[in-house]
Amino acid sequence: MIVNPELVGRVFAPTEPYLVGREKIREFARAVLATSPLCFDVAAAHAAGYSDLVAPPTFPVVLQDLTLHQLLSEPDAGIDFSRVVHGDQRFSFTRPIVAGDELTATLTVASIKSLGGHSMVTAESSILGADGTHVVTATSTLVVRGGE
Amino acid sequence: MTGITAASLEIGQVVAEAEFALSRDSLVRYAGASGDFNAIHYRDDVARLVGLPGVLAHGMLTMGLAVQPVIDWIGDPGRVLDYRVRFTRPVPVDAAEGALVTVTAKVGALEGDFARIDLTVTFNSATVLGKAQARVSVA
Repeated sequence: MIVNPELVGRVFAPTEPYLVGREKIREFARAVLATSPLCFDVAAAHAAGYSDLVAPPTFPVVLQDLTLHQLLSEPDAGIDFSRVVHGDQRFSFTRPIVAGDELTATLTVASIKSLGGHSMVTAESSILGADGTHVVTATSTLVVRGGE
Repeated sequence: MTGITAASLEIGQVVAEAEFALSRDSLVRYAGASGDFNAIHYRDDVARLVGLPGVLAHGMLTMGLAVQPVIDWIGDPGRVLDYRVRFTRPVPVDAAEGALVTVTAKVGALEGDFARIDLTVTFNSATVLGKAQARVSVA
């Protein structure tokens, strides 16, 4: 099974709007062992000039995962999830995510490269706020191991 | 607010260091918070079935915790403008012993009001993330 090279450039449908909740930010922040008061204490976030709690920098993975699920379940993708290893990850922010944001994510398959029998699939998930402006792009390279 | 300015920094300067003790509980908590329920992060039998020595930490958990010392140093998660890593080695988390992950954050480059912070993240004296870099605002 090889990854379908025709996936390159494919743009998936935007995900359903995701409302970022305060408790979700606190839960995620605890899980990544964050200690910044801006992730937990609304008054501290206000004092720092934010409208609400600030999400940790890797929080966009929650939205990225929704888009990667779209990619992996694409009928003609040829990506066997059991052979996928996470290779690289990047988050590029225009602004931080704060509680109350309503975000949508749109995945584009940026590139597919072959390397020693493996396929490296780079997927860019562009995450926009409710007003349509850019918040963050999450870029993930998945290594799909070759084999039988 | 934190008093950090680009002028106060030097290339190579260590700005933060931390140790994180991970346990199986940490992985279950991260699975729930992130929505990544891949069983190799909580079931040894499933991990071994795919050729792994046992349960591994989520790469995204390692990435997520490794930037926290930088955030504590600059005082604001919103000042992290770009953050990237390469997952080079897995972090096995023993059911009894857990796993100790260490992070050292150094100034890698300075450009105007921005600093590139290079992270060295290790488990068992071996680095587990490659090219781990956070671009932060130090204005």
